[in-house]
Amino acid sequence: MKPYEDTAPLLCLRDLEVSFRIDAATTLRAVKGASFDIPSDSTVALVGESGSGKSVTALAILGLLPRENATVGAGSRIVYRGRNLLGMAPRELRALRGAGISMIFQEPMSSLNPVFTAGFQIAELLKQHLGLSARQARARVLELLREVGITEPEARIDAYPFQLSGGQQQRVMIAMAIACEPKLLIADEPTTALDVTVQQQILELIAGLQRKMRMSVLFITHDLDVVGEIADSVVVMRDGEVREQGATRQIFEAPRDGYTQALLACRPTLARRPGRLPVIDDFMKQPPVDLSRIPERRRGLHGDEEIVLEARHLAKSFYSREGLFGRKEFRAVKDVSFKLARGRTLGLVGESGSGKTTVGLTLMRLLDASCGEVLFDGRDLMTMPPREAMAYKRRIQIVFQNPYSSLNPRFTAGQILMEPMQIHSIGGGEEERRDAVYELLEKVGLPATSFYRYPHEFSGGQRQRIAIARCLTMQPDVLICDEPVSALDVSIQAQLLNLLQDLQDEYGMSYVFISHDLAVVRHMADQVMVMKDGEIVEIAGSDEIYSNPRHPYTRQLLSSMPRGWRPGAG
Amino acid sequence: MSRGAILPASAIRAESPGLWMLAWRRLCRDRVGLTSLAAVALYCALMLASGAGLLAGDWSKEAGVSYAPPAFMGPDAAFPAVEVAHDAAAQPFTEETGIADPLAEVLTGIRKELAGASEPDSRATTLAFGGDKWGRDVLKKAVKGTETSMLVGIVAALLAVVLGTVFGAQAGYYGGRVDDFFNWLYSVFTSIPYLLLVLAIAAVLNQKGTLTVILILGLTGWTGIFRLVRAEYMKHKVREYVLAADAIGASGARRMFVHIFPNVSHVVLVQLSLHVVLFIKSEVILSFLGFGVGVDTVSWGSMLNEAQTELILGKWWQLVAATAAMAVLVTAFSLFTDALRDALDPQLK
Repeated sequence: MKPYEDTAPLLCLRDLEVSFRIDAATTLRAVKGASFDIPSDSTVALVGESGSGKSVTALAILGLLPRENATVGAGSRIVYRGRNLLGMAPRELRALRGAGISMIFQEPMSSLNPVFTAGFQIAELLKQHLGLSARQARARVLELLREVGITEPEARIDAYPFQLSGGQQQRVMIAMAIACEPKLLIADEPTTALDVTVQQQILELIAGLQRKMRMSVLFITHDLDVVGEIADSVVVMRDGEVREQGATRQIFEAPRDGYTQALLACRPTLARRPGRLPVIDDFMKQPPVDLSRIPERRRGLHGDEEIVLEARHLAKSFYSREGLFGRKEFRAVKDVSFKLARGRTLGLVGESGSGKTTVGLTLMRLLDASCGEVLFDGRDLMTMPPREAMAYKRRIQIVFQNPYSSLNPRFTAGQILMEPMQIHSIGGGEEERRDAVYELLEKVGLPATSFYRYPHEFSGGQRQRIAIARCLTMQPDVLICDEPVSALDVSIQAQLLNLLQDLQDEYGMSYVFISHDLAVVRHMADQVMVMKDGEIVEIAGSDEIYSNPRHPYTRQLLSSMPRGWRPGAG
Repeated sequence: MSRGAILPASAIRAESPGLWMLAWRRLCRDRVGLTSLAAVALYCALMLASGAGLLAGDWSKEAGVSYAPPAFMGPDAAFPAVEVAHDAAAQPFTEETGIADPLAEVLTGIRKELAGASEPDSRATTLAFGGDKWGRDVLKKAVKGTETSMLVGIVAALLAVVLGTVFGAQAGYYGGRVDDFFNWLYSVFTSIPYLLLVLAIAAVLNQKGTLTVILILGLTGWTGIFRLVRAEYMKHKVREYVLAADAIGASGARRMFVHIFPNVSHVVLVQLSLHVVLFIKSEVILSFLGFGVGVDTVSWGSMLNEAQTELILGKWWQLVAATAAMAVLVTAFSLFTDALRDALDPQLK
């Protein structure tokens, strides 16, 4: 069966095998015989979670695999317009990169050279590949900047990367990628590092450019929702294998592979709120679970709940020096007030820089509030002397966003979990604490052997489980979850959200759930606050805010959410 | 019932390499690193053996004739003449002046006594790797010198690293005024030319000896380590794991030394071994300039100091012995430091 009608695809990938030599004894097979086509003038989405081999595939196309330890299988072929790229001389390949095939990377901040202006970096490319003169190149750069939707290109052309916002930087990267009018544009997670509203703009830009320049786009992402609107066909990869490929409509409406079904189902949506999110394993076993049989969870407050924590007029300013004696105030959080009900979840939504993390850190006294009070048990936590605050400290705990940096790499999981109990003298003795740790490990779904393991031996999801278990050792009343799942794969996200929900049901903890992801917040929260520039623009019950957003900013956020596949739209 | 009660701890405790273990494994894969580690270990063994008196305990014994050549060169033909001249000088001076020496008898007695004492172990004409001006075995001096030089290098480096780490940790972790204070101290130390500072401290301590050299090097050498450790602490104190430690109620000192220190210790370790090399060389320079160890101790530096006059006489062996011993150690140590840095910093891989 041929998945595409197009007779002469722009790029054919056949039996691509890539392996990496880790050390003398171990090799990692990153891509195991992947085959797919990229037809001309179309967008192909390559979807997969971390470790699926999607980025390695892209690097193989560009011939950018590290020479020292990467080997491409002998039977592999990457045919671009009738020529096998794998057999090409490095010189030819270099000429092709940029001119024929170009790439946009995930992190615009680190992909641009910080010491050169944006205009210089684009012009350099034009001079090198097209041999333009300085004057011609500058004119073309202005044209390109206009094309990628940068306002006032005359002013921005001489801006350094740090003077541009994340979205503008990514636009500059796109301008560089399309400068030589490539036939194939590879976009490796181009919007993952950006805010939702910016993400939407960049997606529209890429789709528009693809149509206008009649090029092909290979769009690599971990998030199926993102590609629903722009892709013509989708390739789903897992563990180096292509699990399923087909037209976008077929993938979204009738996915054949269990893994694709799982990817589509385990992501929280705005439409439903299942009591438990389905996870990959539910789909890989036979027969797969029936989604419609999972009961919905009801969210929202009745108004008569016991209040655990109340913040009143909380504000936090940071100061930077200006001039010799002056200082400049940056108000990260301005006048935030809310109440947190026992056993319930308060969602806190906002884009980067909105001050939502600062609120979380201030509640914990990890940052000192500039003014305002936080009432807990009728006492103000903010003005309490540090010694007294220790007793309260254990009752409010925090789970950080990045599980890779929130665990001390030199401690074993056991040490990490024992430490808070030692500091607060919880439990009778070492033996008792050890038993408590084993119990907690089991509770968060980790084997007992984890006790002696170091963080680097765990995956991101497992590390986040350890971080959650660390909070549980102190039996807190309030758990602040600061983007607890944003750094994780979609399928792992579902598992962790389920875990957090189970723990809340069991221990009756209250959550402050901070996230930029509206769907995740809707799934978790009873009440939702929307923050913008340090202020709460709207606070309402979780169902209400999504069905009937009042503030224009909330509406803007909701409308820029990736909508996945909409029947009739494509 | 808990899992711990079901499974004995030993059953759960599967082999689980920590970061140090992984670093050690990486080091073991580095052939140059291992060889240099072996060389450094050999030197350390030499130092300990010499310190315990097992080796070269009698280095100051005048075993050979003055400037006894190395054994493989054979005895020096010029030597007997020197001995004869010496004998001639020992004759009483009566013939020239006509006055009898009133102390002649006493002196003859003393001379006889002295001769009787040194006669049985008559001085060797050659030594394994030659002798110095007083006929001391150069090889033994080199071994003893290794002990002094390495001791000075290691102890001074430890002192410098401890100072640099403690200051750097405080400055980097607390920031603000504490940081300003230590930076001010740092600037004072670095603004004075190095040798001038060394001489100033030597003048204040006002005595020569191994301890003085250690203090001089340790007290002046912490500045570079301070900068590095300070930067590391500044980087780490905002990491989430330190915030997490704060969240669970760990005190400032605990965060500084229990949480952050193990994560910057690889930097400190590399600095330690770098400074050992640096200080061994510095000790040599100091001793060469005459500010080093006392006359009753031997170090590579004092050997080189003696060697400069000997070289004019064509007696090269002391120079070669000291230089070779130092060159091998310094090279091995530097290569080992390199390998250590590669092993401890997996980002390079």
